[in-house]
Amino acid sequence: MSRPLFSLDAMRRHGALWPLVALGLIWLVIFLVSPGFFAFSVQDGRILGGVVDIMNRGAPVALIAIGMSLVIATGGIDLSVGAVMAIAGAVAANLLVGSELPVLVIMGAGLCAGLVAGLMNGALVAGMGIQPIVATLILLVAGRGVAQLLNDGQIITFQSEAFAFIGVGALLGLPMPVWFVFLVLIAMLGLTRATALGLFIEAVGANASASRYAGISVRSIKLAVYAIAGACAALAGLIATADIQGADANNVGLWIELDAILAVVIGGTSLMGGRYSLVLAVIGALIIQSLNTAIILSGIPPKFNLVIKAVVIIGVLLLQSSIVQAQFAMLRARLAP
Amino acid sequence: MITHRHTPVVITIVLFAALFALGSAQYEGFFSLRVFLNLFTDNAFLAVTAMGMTFVILSGGIDLSVGSVIAFTGVLTAVLIQAGWPLYVVFPLVLAIGWGFGAGMGCLIHYYRLQPFIVTLAGMFLMRGLAIVVSERSVPIEHAAYDAINTMGFMLPGRGFVGAQTILLAVVLVGAVILAHYRRFGTYVYAIGGDREAAGLMAVPVAHTTIGIYALSSFLAALAGIMFSFYTSSGYALAAVGLELDAIAAVVIGGTLLTGGSGYIVGTLAGVMLMGLVQTYISFNGSLNSWWTKIVVGLLVLIFVCVQRIQQPRMGNSQ
Repeated sequence: MSRPLFSLDAMRRHGALWPLVALGLIWLVIFLVSPGFFAFSVQDGRILGGVVDIMNRGAPVALIAIGMSLVIATGGIDLSVGAVMAIAGAVAANLLVGSELPVLVIMGAGLCAGLVAGLMNGALVAGMGIQPIVATLILLVAGRGVAQLLNDGQIITFQSEAFAFIGVGALLGLPMPVWFVFLVLIAMLGLTRATALGLFIEAVGANASASRYAGISVRSIKLAVYAIAGACAALAGLIATADIQGADANNVGLWIELDAILAVVIGGTSLMGGRYSLVLAVIGALIIQSLNTAIILSGIPPKFNLVIKAVVIIGVLLLQSSIVQAQFAMLRARLAP
Repeated sequence: MITHRHTPVVITIVLFAALFALGSAQYEGFFSLRVFLNLFTDNAFLAVTAMGMTFVILSGGIDLSVGSVIAFTGVLTAVLIQAGWPLYVVFPLVLAIGWGFGAGMGCLIHYYRLQPFIVTLAGMFLMRGLAIVVSERSVPIEHAAYDAINTMGFMLPGRGFVGAQTILLAVVLVGAVILAHYRRFGTYVYAIGGDREAAGLMAVPVAHTTIGIYALSSFLAALAGIMFSFYTSSGYALAAVGLELDAIAAVVIGGTLLTGGSGYIVGTLAGVMLMGLVQTYISFNGSLNSWWTKIVVGLLVLIFVCVQRIQQPRMGNSQ
């Protein structure tokens, strides 16, 4: 018996229906407002066009959303990702200015900084049993201070074509940030879905004590997901730093944790933990970025940005809520004779 | 009578005293009533907001929208005053808007069982956005009453000034403590924070209380917005960005558990004072950069959270 892979039913069961519908609707609005947006062309070996643009700008949020999905799946949350971006950028910029190390080593150093930050968060949550909101709040508040310390309060700029390639370069036509999202997504999918790790993560989020009794090491799993989230945030920070060839500890990744959490929630993952979907989180990031683009292209004054975003978020939340869906069902039953 | 449950608050007060002593030893003019009372004046709006946040956190929830409500209230007040509306219409109006907004969030949280984090996050975007729509630029406030109230107050010996901000803070403090410990509403809040389902089974009116909690939090944030408008004599849509995090930090440093059910309003006030004292110490020093404040506040939250964890072994491994 064969079932079509992309049937509507399969999508609904996977929870992908509403996010894809939302994305489609937003893209429809963009098309209506600015039909030329989706036209693409190839120039200097790069594909230029609306879809690529959305993927490129949404890449940092998408990267962070991947790590954030895993954290949220264990029932936790990571508010410190923006600060970790700042720290990773500060580390990389300082190394680029102060030493002759090869770019890959510097990238590794930045990723290690993120890993360490993530491990700190994980140690607080898993080791000391502190609530994730508070544990990551600490790094959120203190992390930018640490990044400023590293930068001596300045915005450090550097000149390195090799490093800048991470942010502005292109491979086979697609921008590097988009490649990074693909790479990390496939790596994480492989790590969590091709092994039992994903199952354990979902189990820990669904019921931590039951998981412990079943033999899962809840502490190691929690430690691991925060470390992964830290590394993802560090990568996003390196991309942002490469983009402007500078490390701005005050502004880089400001409030990006909120966008990332939104992306994960829009993708259907519950904040209570349990089942998660990395692909849907990335789609959620695309939805947020598409929304930003749609607002800009529609010519609505930018001061209405936040209000529109808020209304859309509440709308999506209500649509996803099972209570609202039950109310719709009742309404449909009452209207149908 | 100080029980073990008061320990976190006592620790906060001890730390406050220790830092005050350190500052007094190091800097000329630190040990004065003026410095102490300035803490109240400068942080009154944060304290009022944090007290509202305490109720929310006691019930096991969280409110990320308070900073935006402060900004919205401030800018709306400024714009309406500039348009000539009388104060006795403007103030009740903005307070009512705050109350209604909070009640709306409470409804979404309770009736649709949406997570407080996300609902108040959306609320934060909405309020910040509405503030920007009202006015993108800073709006100055010029009103005789503002000048009068800003200079109102009395001098204490030692050149300490007790102004309108401090007095209003004291009134709110007394009201909040009475509400939390001497009224049924407070009991309901603690009950819901302890165990929501058990509270419902015990005939605690969970719906009314939940909506009331978020309405109260937004109401106090609106009040803080009015106080902030007096403090700055202006309304600005981008004010108080990130203030919700300061409020949460103050609540945690004040000894309230983020899971809810345990904590004191007075503790929150002590938390705000301690954070304000750190800022004062750093500005007296002059050479330390202001981002050290962030690092110290982060460390304080860390210390207090660890103390809480050590004190609560029965929280155990149910995480």
